[in-house]
Amino acid sequence: MQFLSYLINGLGLGSVYAIIALGYTMVYGIAKMLNFAHGDVIMIGAYIAFFALARFGFPFPVAVLLAMLVCTTLGVVIERLAYKPLRQATSLSVLITAIGVSYFLQNGAQILWSSSSKVFPSVISAGSIHLGSASVSYLTILTILTCIVVMICLTLFINKTKTGSAMRACSEDKGASMLMGINVNRIISITFAIGSGLAAIASVLLASTYPSVYPTMGSMPGIKAFTAAVFGGIGSIPGAFVGGLILGIIEIFAKAYISTQLSDAIVFAVLIIILLIKPTGLLGKKINVKV
Amino acid sequence: MKTASKLFSPGGDKMKRGRLISFALVIAAYIIIEILLKTGNLSSLFKSLLVPVTCYVVASLGLNLNVGISGELNLGQAGFMSVGAFCGICVSGMLANTITVPVVRLMIAMFCGACLAAVFGFLIGIPVLKLQGDYLAIVTLAFGQIIKSIFMNTYIGFDADGLHYSFVESKFKLQPGGKMLLNGPMGATGTQKIANFTVGIVLILIALIIIYNLMISRSGRAIMAARDNRIAAESIGVPISKTKMLAFVVSAFLAGAAGALYGLNYATLVPNKFDFNTSILILVFVVLGGLGNMTGTIISTIVLLILPELLRSLQDYRMLIYAVVLILIMLVTNNEWLKSRVKGFTSGKAKGGA
Amino acid sequence: MAKLPISNLPIAESAQTDRLKAAENTKQNGKAPVLDVQELGIDFGGLTAVNDLSLQVYDGEIVGLIGPNGAGKTTVFNLLTKVYKPTRGKIFFDGKDTAGKSIVDINKAGIARTFQNIRLFGNLSVLDNVKTGFHNVKPYSPITAILRLPKYYSAEREIEEKSMELLKFLELDEYASVTASNLPYGAQRRLEIARALATNPKLLLLDEPAAGMNPQETEELMRMIRFVRDHFKIAVLLIEHDMKLVMGICERITVLNYGMMLAQGTPEEIQSNPEVIKAYLGE
Repeated sequence: MQFLSYLINGLGLGSVYAIIALGYTMVYGIAKMLNFAHGDVIMIGAYIAFFALARFGFPFPVAVLLAMLVCTTLGVVIERLAYKPLRQATSLSVLITAIGVSYFLQNGAQILWSSSSKVFPSVISAGSIHLGSASVSYLTILTILTCIVVMICLTLFINKTKTGSAMRACSEDKGASMLMGINVNRIISITFAIGSGLAAIASVLLASTYPSVYPTMGSMPGIKAFTAAVFGGIGSIPGAFVGGLILGIIEIFAKAYISTQLSDAIVFAVLIIILLIKPTGLLGKKINVKV
Repeated sequence: MKTASKLFSPGGDKMKRGRLISFALVIAAYIIIEILLKTGNLSSLFKSLLVPVTCYVVASLGLNLNVGISGELNLGQAGFMSVGAFCGICVSGMLANTITVPVVRLMIAMFCGACLAAVFGFLIGIPVLKLQGDYLAIVTLAFGQIIKSIFMNTYIGFDADGLHYSFVESKFKLQPGGKMLLNGPMGATGTQKIANFTVGIVLILIALIIIYNLMISRSGRAIMAARDNRIAAESIGVPISKTKMLAFVVSAFLAGAAGALYGLNYATLVPNKFDFNTSILILVFVVLGGLGNMTGTIISTIVLLILPELLRSLQDYRMLIYAVVLILIMLVTNNEWLKSRVKGFTSGKAKGGA
Repeated sequence: MAKLPISNLPIAESAQTDRLKAAENTKQNGKAPVLDVQELGIDFGGLTAVNDLSLQVYDGEIVGLIGPNGAGKTTVFNLLTKVYKPTRGKIFFDGKDTAGKSIVDINKAGIARTFQNIRLFGNLSVLDNVKTGFHNVKPYSPITAILRLPKYYSAEREIEEKSMELLKFLELDEYASVTASNLPYGAQRRLEIARALATNPKLLLLDEPAAGMNPQETEELMRMIRFVRDHFKIAVLLIEHDMKLVMGICERITVLNYGMMLAQGTPEEIQSNPEVIKAYLGE
């Protein structure tokens, strides 16, 4: 049963994309900006986890928490310094600023830690369990479970807490939310904090799956996850989840059955087809312009 | 995506003045550089930058037509450059024995590259222009990635039997004495370097003529009308898709010509050269130069390409400084409070000096 | 706005003579209407926005479409200009069924409109806004433009002359080089009319042309609408809340309420119609 193991591996990769995509989609939903530096926050998270594990020998959970702490702080600081002053600016200006932040993080990492890649220690035992004839590594199972837990927690947070409903209000109408007494700036900061915290979780999973850490490691997963977010309908949390999983499955299947070199092309081609059929993604809302 | 609040106003005189300034700027730059070249005052580093800068200027001008004038964010301009580059390299390689005058061959290669890129632009434009805003942007990004992936798996060469091509390396065979044009991820190797600076300047002038003649015309007004208010434009009979397509195709055409010139300036060229980062680089030139502002685009492209070279003495820190400069420019030009601060500071300094 | 008494507004002397003229030209000659709307209706989801609306506009006529807020007036305009596809009924323009036409097609066929919430090309100059209206009236190809062929110069000269003429008619010529978004409010409304006229329409749809204007400006606007009708020999269908304007220049009026036609007739008939008064004044 090759098919089954490809499917599960696809779900594993898709789970990583989904966690990253959640960060993209939440920030887009609330701040209405494409945060191109999100992928680089993942890279920073991976470096922090790497140093915590390899240099300081911290236990795995501590390393994850440390990475989350650093990324969350970084996300909030970036938002405060670079994006907040541009609240009134055009989305294109914000996009360019995000690109600037991305360059900054990549080159900063290169200066601090050199451009050569570091080998991420394997902390999750290399064993695997067998489902029929398919074998699934513990890491894949952990990744999928993490994604499910993250998704459940996030859904509960958004729907059951006061902050969560304030976030939903902000994504609908910032002006009205402000009039209702919601501190919009605070909500945006919280959104960046959550998105960056999720990026840290994704970074550890990503670095465990592909165990090399280098300054531009976040770019491609970032673009893929962004694609996943658009796939599912950008701004939609379930959309990011579904989009991430589907993207991961398509990528693994394309690699297995068609061509390794062309797998990226296939992933993007599927995205284009989906958007042509549903112009706002799988679960995106239709936008109506009043005439 | 509503791209900008303050756009270059095409109101007759202002635009005609802009046209004059940009032509004057390009010609003046050419004369100065030619003098420096003749007197031997240009370092070899700057000499090596001349042709690439003209290529990027043309690609940026094209992108500004798309992003600034037509108002659609395109994150795949490098894809069109690569189509032009590899097409140009193939054409030049095939004609190497037929047309021996390099400039003529270069012109033909650039024209073919531009046309093929325009065809790609048209085919990609059909699905892309059905979408709007950020969705349109992501699809252009996707197409850029697809084009790159395809070139990384394309093998083209010719031998006594004629032209051969394949997408699978193992199936690709050439007769002895055959010439490899594209070699998958290795790209083009052994290209004859026939690009030159004067042709680059001529290409910039042609690009400016095309863009300004288009802008100051029925089509240009339609493109800008569709950008400013889609619904109103339709209501007065402007077909939106057709209009946006025109801007998209012309933009791709210019990027293709620029790509061909770029490709023929190097002995080797890998498909990875034209990745997402290159598209973003060109977008940065356009946004910093000013949306719809062609003169600004020329200046920002030149400055931003030379700046990292000037900062070379700072070694590793140069790209970091580049990033900070980029962020600061966006903050200062877009934040009212910072803008007034900087203005107050500079005018205060001016007063102090007087 | 709904509380405006409409029963005792003056009906302009000139308008009355116009009306007689118009009546002679059209209905009595047995001519076909330029716009013929038959049992038009549209539903949004389960909600019926417009239902069973029949309406005719004849050449050279000024017809008013009035009704309380939310009565579906702008929806009617959006149906006429194909922004929405009707759920029921037919729209004939110039004797031809308009089913299946696009927004662009309908403008080419001869219907031009203005918008309730002004929609100008904000970054373009006033002159360029009007010039854009000539898109299908004086067409030439992009290649002609890029190569600056002789046709470019002849077409552009004509477009420029005609645009300036339109700006003069609407007293906007002094603003020709001003960026449209910097225009005063009243001038923006007039610019929308100029731009619509540039497309050489047979029927002009005006959506609240006097909104936000002071009485003096409204007076001026009424004169301009009448002039436009006479000079360009076109029909005008207008939505307006300002009853002084409606009663002053419309030859016929259709009243909408809850998406249905409540009454149709001359201003005199509408003013004395108890149903209309009830709809406007409430119970």
